[in-house]
Amino acid sequence: MELTGAEIVLRCLQEEGVEHVFGYPGGAVLFIYDEFFKQDKVKHILTRHEQGAVHAADGYSRSTRKVGVALVTSGPGATNAVTGIATAYMDSIPMVIISGQVPTPAIGLDAFQEVDTVGITRPCVKHNFLVKDVKDIASTMKKAFYLASSGRPGPVLVDIPKDITQHKAEFVYPESVSLRSYNPVTKGHPGQIRRALQLILEAKRPMVYTGGGVTLSNAAGELSEFVRMMNFPCTNTLMGLGGYPATDRQFLGMLGMHGTYEANMAMQECDVLIAVGARFDDRVIGNPEHFFNAARKIIHIDIDPSSISKRVRVDVPIVGNVQDVLQEMLKALSSSRERVDAAALESWWKQIEEWRSRDCLKYDRQSKLIKPQMVVEKLYEVTGGDAFVTSDVGQHQMWAAQFYKFDKPRRWINSGGLGTMGFGLPAAMGVQVANPGAKVACITGEGSIQMCIQELSTCKQYHLPVKIIALNNRYLGMVRQWQEFFHGNRYSESYMDALPDFVKLAEAYGHIGMRIEKPEDVEGALKEAFALKDRLVFMDFVTDQAENVFPMVPGGKGLSEMILV
Amino acid sequence: MRHIISLLMENEAGALSRVSGLFSARGYNIESLSVAPTEDPSLSRMTIVTSGSDDVIEQIIKQLNKLIEVIKVIDLNDGEHIEREMMLVKVKAGEAEREEAKRMADIFRGRIIDVSDQSYTIELTGTVAKLDAFLAAIDRSWILETVRTGASGIGRGARMLRI
Repeated sequence: MELTGAEIVLRCLQEEGVEHVFGYPGGAVLFIYDEFFKQDKVKHILTRHEQGAVHAADGYSRSTRKVGVALVTSGPGATNAVTGIATAYMDSIPMVIISGQVPTPAIGLDAFQEVDTVGITRPCVKHNFLVKDVKDIASTMKKAFYLASSGRPGPVLVDIPKDITQHKAEFVYPESVSLRSYNPVTKGHPGQIRRALQLILEAKRPMVYTGGGVTLSNAAGELSEFVRMMNFPCTNTLMGLGGYPATDRQFLGMLGMHGTYEANMAMQECDVLIAVGARFDDRVIGNPEHFFNAARKIIHIDIDPSSISKRVRVDVPIVGNVQDVLQEMLKALSSSRERVDAAALESWWKQIEEWRSRDCLKYDRQSKLIKPQMVVEKLYEVTGGDAFVTSDVGQHQMWAAQFYKFDKPRRWINSGGLGTMGFGLPAAMGVQVANPGAKVACITGEGSIQMCIQELSTCKQYHLPVKIIALNNRYLGMVRQWQEFFHGNRYSESYMDALPDFVKLAEAYGHIGMRIEKPEDVEGALKEAFALKDRLVFMDFVTDQAENVFPMVPGGKGLSEMILV
Repeated sequence: MRHIISLLMENEAGALSRVSGLFSARGYNIESLSVAPTEDPSLSRMTIVTSGSDDVIEQIIKQLNKLIEVIKVIDLNDGEHIEREMMLVKVKAGEAEREEAKRMADIFRGRIIDVSDQSYTIELTGTVAKLDAFLAAIDRSWILETVRTGASGIGRGARMLRI
């Protein structure tokens, strides 16, 4: 039987096991929306802005390992989605974005709501397609899901002109897909793995540095086994938090620009560095030249060859899926008779403990003002460390990363690469849709939350009881901090004047609002909010305006050149 | 250093823009780029002349390989190879220039493929350096128009780029 293109789109989603699609209708996708109306297998979540739809699909994916799906219309629908797509691209999140396009005969004629979506999104997708024939929809959708979720994951966009959704074709969903031009590796090269193990066993000051790749390849179990077996210290990047249990003794905290003293020092001083699913980006190693002032051997495991030797030269590259490579390494290590130099390792740990005793994350616990760090610590206690935590971008994001101890992967959900303000609330919606009943907190600031605040309405419609923790310091805090440190205290445009009354705003959207002004009220407010299991609560914490994020590696400086409290 | 990168990719709409977009987005140089379908019409072969340090060239090749539609990439400079470019030059060929222009074309083994009473169009094939040399050798004021294809390259002997 022949189906219309729109019917085929829905059937493809069903074949892929998609349960939720986040989207926003418009002219070019009307036929697709008509098919949503006629079925109830795939649920549609109507956001209030396309950016929100894509971030929600992104949060959905990050918290579940599933491919997130968003649906937007042509023109402004597609351009609004771009920030969300770029966010997912930078963090390698598997997503499929379906965009409507003007009818094929109108393409190129500056039609109403026409934009070259494939052209605009090309640099921020793993791949994209313009479907020009209804017969190609099924195979294109199959390819899109396959590309999004295999190899180094990423967003894939499928642009479908309106007339194609009306045309008819036989529906056959391909069982499998193979592309002669795309064959992602999985297993690491055995010779390289042998060379890596040799270095690992000879290490005197080893360090394990892991990133988002561990989460993406579901290798947290293997990573913990490896780190514990070897008794090595381990640090995570911002994207890698939860890859290794943060409450474990061998965990040194996050590294990088706002990483801990012990993690950054160990990174700088180690003699063998094992980088796993991490890409040595500028926020992680600071100035690469300074990084290379210290001699060390680097082993780099990554699924993407182009991530290897991009910013730093490595000694033993291993291209492969992190999970496969770690499994192979564990197998070899458990059958190896060689052992690491225990005495050297012990003195390395002694050095690390000395760095750790510097207590680089200390802050004034007696303050009469609410310290943002304290709010995050209390959130950790109140949620028993078991919440999904999303964040926006800025100081609050760093405090969340530093003070919420993530023991499991996929619990910390933030825009690490692109640094997208406005990500937190829609991402939290996606997490809550995917994990009904779970505790979902969105740590945000009064600046970031206003970038996608319209999604409070979506939360109301779908009964998503997200808990919003706004660390409100009446400043774009990270901008203010840089202005204080590097721009002579000239706070150019970083003060958030004319803020709304967030309590009333939350109430206007049908939620509960709280304003918390005293440190002694923080814990009670959090407990009260999380006790309201089926309600969204917006907690507006009025925090110390002058608080800064420490430690800090200033731009262009080396990892060991931190500014400390 | 100058490198000639050859690649095979799916002959699909938009594939070229993925390659050129990659070069501009990452700030890589393109000296020339030529592309056409191969004997297998589903494949396009592209030759890109670029320059950069070894690290940059390594990244260019890795990033090209990462493009979904790219099937195979080689750096021709990794081995023996041949490089050719074709140029059409329209030169003045009035009374005064006619003989000399013909002689220059012969010296460079060019062929005159169009003749009018005021001009010759000369077809020249060779390395980029040879074509540059021809342009340097003839009187600048004689050159009316030039068009070049950009270099294409192929490995010598058993060295092949095929799927």
